[in-house]
Formats: sequence, C-alpha cells, structure tokens
Amino acid sequence: MSAGQVLAGAAAAEHVTSGRPGGPARRSWRHRAGDWLLPAFAGLALVYLLVPIAYTFAFSFNDAGRSNLVWRGFTLDNWRDPCGAPAVCSAVVTSLQVGVLATVLATAMGTLVALALVRHRFRFRATTNLLVFLPMATPEVVLGASLLAQFLNLRVSPGFWPVVAAHTMFCLSFVVVTVKARVASLDPRLEEAAADLYASPLQAFWRVTLPLLAPGIAAAALLSFALSFDDFIITNFNSGATDTFPKFVYVAATRGIPAQANVIGSAMFLAILAVVVVARIVTARRRRA
Amino acid sequence: MAALAGLAPAPPAAATPPAARRGARWTPYLLLAPGLLWLLLFFVLPLVLLVTTSLSEPVPGGEVGATQPAFRVANYTEALADYWPWFVRSVGYGLLATVLALLIGYPLAYAIAVRARARPLVQQLLLVAVVAPFFTSFVLRTIAWRQVLADESLVVSALKALAVLPDDARLTATPLAVVAGLTYNFIPFMALPIYASLERLDPRLLEAGRDLYAGPVTTFATVTLPLSLPGVVAGTLLTFIPATGDYVNAALLGGPGSAMVGNVIDSRFFRVVDYPTAAALSFLLMALILGLVALYVRRAGTEDLL
Repeated sequence: MSAGQVLAGAAAAEHVTSGRPGGPARRSWRHRAGDWLLPAFAGLALVYLLVPIAYTFAFSFNDAGRSNLVWRGFTLDNWRDPCGAPAVCSAVVTSLQVGVLATVLATAMGTLVALALVRHRFRFRATTNLLVFLPMATPEVVLGASLLAQFLNLRVSPGFWPVVAAHTMFCLSFVVVTVKARVASLDPRLEEAAADLYASPLQAFWRVTLPLLAPGIAAAALLSFALSFDDFIITNFNSGATDTFPKFVYVAATRGIPAQANVIGSAMFLAILAVVVVARIVTARRRRA
Repeated sequence: MAALAGLAPAPPAAATPPAARRGARWTPYLLLAPGLLWLLLFFVLPLVLLVTTSLSEPVPGGEVGATQPAFRVANYTEALADYWPWFVRSVGYGLLATVLALLIGYPLAYAIAVRARARPLVQQLLLVAVVAPFFTSFVLRTIAWRQVLADESLVVSALKALAVLPDDARLTATPLAVVAGLTYNFIPFMALPIYASLERLDPRLLEAGRDLYAGPVTTFATVTLPLSLPGVVAGTLLTFIPATGDYVNAALLGGPGSAMVGNVIDSRFFRVVDYPTAAALSFLLMALILGLVALYVRRAGTEDLL
C-alpha cells in the first residue's frame, strides 16, 4: 500500500466520522479534488525523500568490483563480508568510538545544565541560555573552522580526541534542549515528598529525579549519538588522518565507493527503522487507548 | 538531525523556576560548571581565535601556513572583494532551498498532522517515513543523488527517452542539482516543526471556521496558517542556517560554477593553506547568517511573515 493510498484512506475515514452537515452530495468538485490532491502530493514528497535510500539499498547488492557506479549484477557477497573493504570497517569503528564518547560526555554534562536551568535561579541565566543556543545557530563550517583555528593556535594536531571534543560540544546544546523539556514537565512536589520522607538531596536525586528523567535523557543520548555518527563537516576540519564513516565515504566518492559502504548504510537504516517503527506503534496504541 | 527533537513530546507550558530551593546556593553553579566550561573551551575560545586568526598576517619568508598576530583588516575587505559572488550564491541557494522545502514540507506536514489524525498508527508510520533519511548517512544519501542524476543513470536516460530532457542535457554539476540536493536534505527539518505545531491545532477551531461559512481556503488562511507560523519560523531557521553554510551538496552535486562559501573556506584551509582568509570568510559567513536570521526573527515576532 503506498503512502498516498494510506493518506487517502485516512482522509476518507475522517470525513465519515466528522459527519459534516449536508453530506457528501453537496460537496463541490473543489473539495473532492482537495481530498486526493494533498495525499498525492504528500506521497510524491515521500518518494523524493526515499529515492536515495532505495538506491543505496539496491546498490548494496551490486556485484560492483572497485567502483559502485554501474549495475553489474546481483550478489550477496557484500552483505556476507561487510569488512571486505577493510577501510570501511575501521572507519565505522572510529565513528562508533567517537559517537559513544561524545554521547556519554554530552549527555552527562548537558543533563546537569538542563537541571540547573529549569530548577534553579542564578545570575547569568539569560547568558547561559544564549551560550547553549548559539552553537545550534552557527553554521557547521564556522564551528569546524574555528575549532581548527584553535587547535592550530594551540599546536594540538587534529585527530581522534579533537573530534571527540568537537562532537561533545555540538551535542551538548541538543541534550540541554531535549532534557530541559523533560525537567520542566516533572512535578517538583515528588522531590519534596522524598525530602519529607527523610531522603537526602543526593538520595532524592538518584531515587526520584533521575528515574523520572530517564526517558528524556535516553532521547537526548540517542539524538547525540545520531548527530555525532552522521557528522561530516566539523569532523572533516578536525580529524587530520583519522577517518570516520562519513569522512571515509566523502573521500572515497572521488574514486568510487566500495559497495560495503552501501551495506553499512543500509544495515544501519534497517536497524534504526526496526527500533523506531516498534516505538511508534507502541505510541500509537497508547494514544488510541 | 536537529529536527528529530521535534518528534519529542511537546514540552508543557514553561514552568517558572520554583523560588529559592532547598540546598546550597552554589548548587546551580556546580551543575553548570562542566557543561559551560566545555562550551567556553570548544565554542567561545575557538571563535575568539578565529577572529584573531582572521586578522593575522603571513610570516614574511616563513613556511606555508605560518602566521603572526596582526590587525590586518584588509583580510576582510580582500576576502569580500574576491569572494562576494560566492556569498551571493550561498544566500541565494539557501533561500531557494528554504522556500522549496517549505512548499514541499508544509503540505506534507499538513497531510500527516491533519488528514491522518483519525488514524494514529498511519500517522506514526508516516512520521517515521519523514525521518527515515536520517537513519542513514547524510554523505551517503547525497552521493546516492549524484548517481541517480548521473549522465548514464536510469532516471536521466528515461527523461531523455521521453524527451523531457534534451539529449545533451546534464543534471549533475549544475546549480539545479545543488539546490535540489539542499532541498532534499532539509525537508525533514522543515516538515517536523510544522507537523508539531499543526498536531497541536484544535480541530474544533477548523469546525468553527466552517460553521461560520468560511470556505476551506479562508479557513486555512485565517485559522490554520497563522496558528502554524511558529512551526514555519522554526522550520525555516533549521533549514536556512545549515543550507547556507553547507558545502557537501555543492562539492558532490555541483560544478565549479555552483561552489558556495563553504567550499571556498574548505579549500582555503586545506588546499591553499591561507588561514587568515579562510578565517575571515568563516567569520563573514557567520555574521551574514546571524544578521539575516535576526532580521527575520524580529519580523516574525512582531507581525505575520507572509
């Protein structure tokens, strides 16, 4: 079933249930055109979004040889041996390492900043908010260039750790924003109740606040990891000879990308898709209940 | 990626910080210290050093890339004089991609938020389809576009066979491909905030509009659109800022005639090893984007944008 059909079905269902006075007979041709025009347009937009993914997936099965440009026949070899092009796998491992380190650092520090911003009054609140917001409003190429200027000035050579520092920096703001929303929705009386039951502030934090914040923190961590794993521009400025997966793909693009890169991209896509679809179905069920 | 945050449940009405909490007065500063220190070290200090680098000059007779501190404002005037067409092109492509992403993303968000409202499962799955591009690498997707649009590809051959394209036409290495790639990459960033604001829209307001004999067009123009403007503003910012600063699309899909400021910064840093000019260009790009964004936000805050 195409997305367009799904939407058309949803639209039809809506009209049946809403029971407009006058009924369908009085509806003008303009209304009826609108009923399918919008879903059709939305369907086309989704096709536009999904074309490169379908292409990447299809060409992961290409019997490509060295450059994966032209279709040369179907094979499962690339999927059987994703590390057949060794540079691909080592780049993926680097990306995973950077992603995990940056996520842990950014999530820990960002959660504390979010707690301070929502729960406490202090001087420089407005300045802190601005400082958290600005990295998100700065073009990546400027962030990358300024970090490189810094590392050059301080005579730190670009590489693995500069990339981790840079990724932690830009993930931090997104963590603060995501966790802040969750902290704001917490009832402060729960912590007060814990205090009334003789919990120390630290116990109240570990036993009450943190478990309640967990979904927000988990969302922030996932977002950080995704941002870090996919980043190319900032990484490219600060990585020196270290290759992350996006950088490997970009550099390889000039001489042809091994089909194993398509395998990694497709596998990643399928894995995240499975997780997200299950989560969304659960959300939909809950909302309907 | 930022747009993924738009999928998180809407935050409730902003809670004001509770007055004077128990606990030590320095607690907030302790909580803030590591995060703010990190931002100072890896965001603020780099920007300061970017400015000092942009004013420095090459060491006379020194090795390639060696600079010494100076106050050479001419770096800026020379960069502008040499590269103003690249700035015009970046802002032009950025604006064009933002408008196109809005024209595609708004109806898409509307279809999902309003039309599919009665079916939560369909709605959730369509949302997954909108964010699906994020599940695989941005660079990989852009390269996929390059190959889809390549001279010998199925799509291009089909278009030529149907005489939609003349035989000698090319799609890659054109400004069209760059703008299409930018639009493609940022549609989810546009659609998700708009979806979030439309999803919160009370359907009874639309019914009220109909009850007052407003046609669908009038209802849309006077009820739906104004109420979704916060989403539109957020979406346009999330698109315009990264699209204008991008250079991956121009590098992979464009040709020499469609290079953007980001491409110049990249090559000044890594190929020409001219740090002062590269830094000046970066700073100018940031100032230009922040200036345009400030103008836009001020206008969006005081009156309707359309």
